[in-house]
Amino acid sequence: MTEQLIPETAEKMPPGLQLENVDDRIMTLNVGPQHPGSGHMRLIVRIDGDYIVDCDPDPGYVHRGEEKMAEVRNYILNIPHLERPVIHDSCNILYPYVLGVEDLVGIEVPERAKYVRVIAAELNRCVYTQYWLAIYGIFLGHSTMFMWPAGDRELLIDLLEKMTGARVTHSYFIPGGVRNDVPPNFEDVCLRQVDYFEKRIKEYADIFYDNPILKARTEDTGVLSTNDAIRLGTTGSVLRASGVDFDVRVKEPYDVYEELDVHTNVMKEGDSYARSKIPWLDMLESCNIIRQALEKMPKSGSIRTKLKPNPKGGNDEVFRRVESGRGAAGMHIISNSQPQPYRLKISPGSFRNLIALPYLLKGEKLGNMPAVYWSLNYWPVEADR
Amino acid sequence: MSVIAPKFRLAYFLKSVIDNIFWIIILVTLIAIPAIQIVLFYMDLPVIEGELLTAFLAFTWLFHPDMAIPLVKSLIHSDLFRIAAFPGFGFAALIAAGTIFVERKMLAKLQLRVGPFYCGKVEGILQLAADGLKLISKEIIIPAKADKPIFWVAPILFVGTAAAFVSLIPVAPGGWVVADLDVGLIAVFAVIGFFPIITILSAWSANSKYPFIGGIRALHQMVSFEIPLILSLLGVVILTGTLNLNEIVESQASFPWIIFMPIGAIVFFTAMLAELERIPFDLPEAESEIVAGWLTEFSGMMYGLVQLGSYVKLFAFAALFVTIFLGGWTGPVIWPPLDEQIITEGLPISDFRGQPLLTVSTPGLPLFDEDPNEWILQKHGLLEYTTGQLFFSGVIWFVLKTVAVIFFILLPRGVFPRIRIDMLLHIGWYKLIGLAFVNIFIALGLLYAGVLGPEGIF
Repeated sequence: MTEQLIPETAEKMPPGLQLENVDDRIMTLNVGPQHPGSGHMRLIVRIDGDYIVDCDPDPGYVHRGEEKMAEVRNYILNIPHLERPVIHDSCNILYPYVLGVEDLVGIEVPERAKYVRVIAAELNRCVYTQYWLAIYGIFLGHSTMFMWPAGDRELLIDLLEKMTGARVTHSYFIPGGVRNDVPPNFEDVCLRQVDYFEKRIKEYADIFYDNPILKARTEDTGVLSTNDAIRLGTTGSVLRASGVDFDVRVKEPYDVYEELDVHTNVMKEGDSYARSKIPWLDMLESCNIIRQALEKMPKSGSIRTKLKPNPKGGNDEVFRRVESGRGAAGMHIISNSQPQPYRLKISPGSFRNLIALPYLLKGEKLGNMPAVYWSLNYWPVEADR
Repeated sequence: MSVIAPKFRLAYFLKSVIDNIFWIIILVTLIAIPAIQIVLFYMDLPVIEGELLTAFLAFTWLFHPDMAIPLVKSLIHSDLFRIAAFPGFGFAALIAAGTIFVERKMLAKLQLRVGPFYCGKVEGILQLAADGLKLISKEIIIPAKADKPIFWVAPILFVGTAAAFVSLIPVAPGGWVVADLDVGLIAVFAVIGFFPIITILSAWSANSKYPFIGGIRALHQMVSFEIPLILSLLGVVILTGTLNLNEIVESQASFPWIIFMPIGAIVFFTAMLAELERIPFDLPEAESEIVAGWLTEFSGMMYGLVQLGSYVKLFAFAALFVTIFLGGWTGPVIWPPLDEQIITEGLPISDFRGQPLLTVSTPGLPLFDEDPNEWILQKHGLLEYTTGQLFFSGVIWFVLKTVAVIFFILLPRGVFPRIRIDMLLHIGWYKLIGLAFVNIFIALGLLYAGVLGPEGIF
């Protein structure tokens, strides 16, 4: 009996738990979720010698049902938990929700609040990218590149703490503006911190991006062509590293981005090296944007238009998207004249980038797996929502 | 199901302490003391100054100044002391412990953090002891389908092989080496050849996927870098005409070989990094790819033993580099600068009026003289340096050079990422072997041009 049971159960089991076909050449590795080289997810990798034959990403270990939770909370109470998927980039993941609710409720945002929002979003993008870069460094065995970004990140976290009162989960953006005004001498402090931060991250080129071993290792690995990048639906730095000039901040400017000069960094190679360099160039660009915004920001004025308590949206639906640290992050809100959304769909950049992973890893060497995987600018928690 | 830690109760604590003391007393009286007596009964004890040494006599002499020095001297010159303590394993383990501490602090300074900080109050100096205690107290878990005898013995074999490597390195003039072999360099190659075997045995016996991949990687890496490693040392052998490491050191009294063979030194250093599995060649332990490589299934003190072995191996490789390319223990006599009489008779200390207060005895130096009266000869100008002075100076030079080489081994960890296995093999088989042959041809050219060698101008 037992001999017959095994093949039957094997077919019924979910993918990844199937009994392995005994093959002399192919070995199946479960990379994760308790593996130093995976995020909160599992990669089922089949290798033939040192070459990856097949890769099956298995996300879903940190699924929290954010979308369902949003349906039973009103528009204001949704703010703190919708930023949980990416607490390191909490301003940017909350941005499309706030813009969408403003459209639904029909409320104008003061000019000063728009600038404060842009500054907070750009600072938060740098904070996220530093964290991502640190992990990319340690995935390649470069421990100094783990420590330096993780330490320099503190500068901007301190700045955001002064602005918002919290170190990572800010809950700063609310429909109608921002929650509280920036501290009195914010412009000077921000300019000084950002200048120093820019000086520090330029040093990363010496130790990391111009390192001959790193270049030899990550150039021409996991090449994603321009056509494939568009066809697979990747966004953000992955798309820009494959030679597509797309940035939501430029193509569909929101708040005050159209008044600022935003330069889009594009590289043509489409390999791991280009994908890891684009976020770093974006950080330098963010510093420029912050300086421009500080210059143009009205020195005084209102930072919030007061909402009615328990605001209701019309019988309407809205989709807004912004450029987050991982690419275009969108939110689709459907309202049925109730204080809470009827349906809320988060469309994060991480999940779109993950789709490219099996195609990129096929035929690569096992040693390239962490470099390709993490260069996709993927955050497991955001992909699972 | 969660397990709640029981409350601390003094009575239980005292009971456990008393239990431990009870069992120690029982085991010592029933097993250890009879065993020592049996060993003493069959052991040939040395005859010192015409008297047969017994345990009672030894304790009596230990407090007698005239007799303590010959007693300690006979201990120092015994084989057990050499293997376990000074030129052998204890010395290497001490430097290995220092290396771990320096590595952690140096890397921390490079990466803008503080490193170990709290343990031992002063810059975390006791962190290593704390880590060792933690490892000893952890449970040893062995995979269910492991090949248990080989899995158990692999860490011990690893440390033993590293210790065997250390025993071939001359540390000071006057035969301060555990095994002074005429085929010393061949013996070194033989010992180095054991490491891949132990690695693949431990990796395969764990019966787990990640250790297996790590073991195969280690095998590829170590076997392919052994060839440039051996070839890069042949230039020195051609020029000195000997395989004895002591004679190779003595041949560098006027200049170290690195001056004439920088290419060989670079090849040896690179191959050494690969043999030691240091970054950028730490593929067998690549964390983000294969968890911890062939160390994945080791837990508790088994892991600690492998780490100890790898740092002892690091010291041994650095010492081999120093011995062959940097002149080993040769160097000007720099210590002790004190008058010999002060050292033998003590340092007089006076109070502020200039009246002698007390004499601080600083024994130690005559301990390492072959003849305890050498300092009298030196006083009358019959002897330039006593053997004790040469010994101390040699050890200081050796340790300084070794520490410098260890520093350069540790440094790439802060600067380089890990490389890939195909790049590694490409470096080993194409570049390093070619450079090693270039080095051999340079050595042959120097030999036949008459610059170096038996009839050379140097």
